[in-house]
Amino acid sequence: MMEADWRLAKKTEALHIRAAMIQAIRGFFMRKNFLEVETPIRIPGPAPEAHIDAIPSDGWYLHTSPELCMKRLLAAGYPRIFQISRCFRGAERGFRHMTEFTLLEWYESGIDYWRMMEVCEELLIAVAHSLGHKGDMTYCGRKIIMRRPWERLSLREAFRRHAPLSLEDAVERDRFDEIMVDAIEPNIGTEGPVFLYDYPVALGALARAKQTDPTVAERFELYMGGLELANAFSELTDATEQRERFERELTLRQTSGKAPYPMPEPFLAALSAMPESSGIALGVDRLAMIFAGSESIDDVVAFTTEDL
Amino acid sequence: MYSASDLRKNLKIQIDGAPYVIVDFSFVKPGKGQALYRCKLKNMINGTQFERTYRSVDTFEPADLKEKKMQYLYEEDGKYCFMDTETYEQVYLSGDQVGDATNFLSDNLDAEILFFGEEPIGVTLPNFVDLTVTVAEPWSKGDSVTGKSKPIVVETGYSLQAPPFIEEGEKIRIDTRTGEYLTRVKE
Repeated sequence: MMEADWRLAKKTEALHIRAAMIQAIRGFFMRKNFLEVETPIRIPGPAPEAHIDAIPSDGWYLHTSPELCMKRLLAAGYPRIFQISRCFRGAERGFRHMTEFTLLEWYESGIDYWRMMEVCEELLIAVAHSLGHKGDMTYCGRKIIMRRPWERLSLREAFRRHAPLSLEDAVERDRFDEIMVDAIEPNIGTEGPVFLYDYPVALGALARAKQTDPTVAERFELYMGGLELANAFSELTDATEQRERFERELTLRQTSGKAPYPMPEPFLAALSAMPESSGIALGVDRLAMIFAGSESIDDVVAFTTEDL
Repeated sequence: MYSASDLRKNLKIQIDGAPYVIVDFSFVKPGKGQALYRCKLKNMINGTQFERTYRSVDTFEPADLKEKKMQYLYEEDGKYCFMDTETYEQVYLSGDQVGDATNFLSDNLDAEILFFGEEPIGVTLPNFVDLTVTVAEPWSKGDSVTGKSKPIVVETGYSLQAPPFIEEGEKIRIDTRTGEYLTRVKE
């Protein structure tokens, strides 16, 4: 008899946890009267962003997230929508990255990013409960105190506490990304989940600028157990400003020798009809890593690219 | 020429005229930010290490090394002896130069010895090696739940996780790049 494939067989427990988790996510949004939608995976072009590379597909691209189509639905009058879809990002492979991965995105009209933080708390606590985690959790030796409210920490304050230079200087001197991974991420949320909020406008191409401080965008990232889990915005609904932001991103892509993307005209045309809303993308594989206690994303998917 | 996306553990690159091996590697990318490639590099001649984070635009020269197929003979006083089976020439590597490969060296294993000029400085193992299990809890058949694993030890002293049906004296195949169990080997 042929021996069972051990690489697959040993993932049994993690794959069961993953499946139960996805069911719990669906259940949460059904109870909240969200409509589950499916949008095309192959699209003319992704939202132009400097550092996100789409994989070409027969003249078009595989989507890097369902953001553009979902916002067109929002603009057309679907106020609460969610989607769990496979997304693709070129050249992203590491113990927390795969070129093909699963993203949960949801959008809600009439709320801003601050209210979205609360929805995040509700969702993740509901999912944890349904997987049998009634109290606190641990992930890879890190404590995760689940009691609400979770910590809210502005990015500027995080830099003040943990970085050798200010947020503004880090962006100015092109040191932002390195400082994030070396100084900020290892030192925040050591006790529980943390919402890192208010990113420089240049780092939130689709997020609304904050009224009281237009140098920052209403964007947050949720970190849990040291993992960057979700990215959210108060959505930018000004089509003119959005076009300018996209043009800046496309220029950045051009100067670094990256493939140009077409300007997403149908999306821009719909944007002026989009109500005030907040949207978020959450990495389903990474959430499965937390619940399965896996250090590597490879352990929570049946197949990695390398297995094929 | 390598680009940043070629970087991975055990890749050998040339920096300021010296060969370096990547002993630890991770790909990181802060949300919406750029891809970063964190490397811990070891100088293959003097053993000094340093950490550096590269960006996707960085490029690298392959280390200027010659490879020669040799056979592992034995270890004595922390020196690992390899022999060219055609010329019977023998070379010695230190434990530090062999690195993690000590986990997988069994007698008569064929490996690529790396030379910097005339100097042997490292070894590259085949991707798969077959090793004999020396320690494993007995398997009780009622225990055959799919996906369960147990710790075992192989002849080199290396310990790893394997399926519950693996028993002492059996030969197993290990992926030397990941250190993981692959399959049982029938002789």
